[in-house]
Amino acid sequence: MGNEGRPLSPHLSVYRWPITMTLSILHRMTGVALSAGLIALVVWLEAIALGAASYDSLGVWMHSGVGQLLLLGWCFSFFFHLSSGVRHLFWDAGHGFEISQANTSSWIVIIAAFVLTAGYWLAMGGLA
Amino acid sequence: MSLRSPLGRVLGSGSANDGTEHWWAQRVTAVALLILGLWFLFALLQLDGFAHATVSAWLGRPFTGVMMLLLCLTLAWHSYLGVQVVLEDYVHGPLIKVASLLISRFMHAFVAIAAVLAILRVSLGGSA
Repeated sequence: MGNEGRPLSPHLSVYRWPITMTLSILHRMTGVALSAGLIALVVWLEAIALGAASYDSLGVWMHSGVGQLLLLGWCFSFFFHLSSGVRHLFWDAGHGFEISQANTSSWIVIIAAFVLTAGYWLAMGGLA
Repeated sequence: MSLRSPLGRVLGSGSANDGTEHWWAQRVTAVALLILGLWFLFALLQLDGFAHATVSAWLGRPFTGVMMLLLCLTLAWHSYLGVQVVLEDYVHGPLIKVASLLISRFMHAFVAIAAVLAILRVSLGGSA
């Protein structure tokens, strides 16, 4: 706002990249991915309502390589955003603000997201 | 020169003209989605395959209809709140910011209503 040329305080780029920053941006990215997933969910519901012909042609898409990759991505996004969201709720309640705790919870979220995704995908048999 | 007193002009308006509603709604929908999202993934696991007859029979059950309506509407609300924050943070320029916020709101409303109608068509036995 008309303040060009004023000195800037050291910004994000001067810090060593901590794991908590990765979690922060991934929470947003998976959230946006899930917003796209909402559209896919509604397309699926519409296809069910439209009847077997529409549903089957959507099924061909979902079973293709790209479709499977998208479903796997949404599956991971869901479990990541869920785990990370629970971490946010703990913060909202006033817990886990120490740096060591935030670093530990970061890794718990990452591991939980991968384990839950792998477990769900295997239980589903990769959308058999 | 207005006849309104300076106090009268600002009463009821915080610095952003609203209070914690956005933040609180995001948390309430997050907790709801924790339950609804896990229910949805679990329900998909229980399905005996993904043939149209199987899936539309499942979606046509009263309990499934209620849960899917709750899921889609809560998801659309939570998604809108999240995308709004992302747009407010990263989209600059007054015109494009307002335009993108409006488009996001309209699209979320469209998707939510499309979901409701698709679920109701199956619940009320329109097709299949």
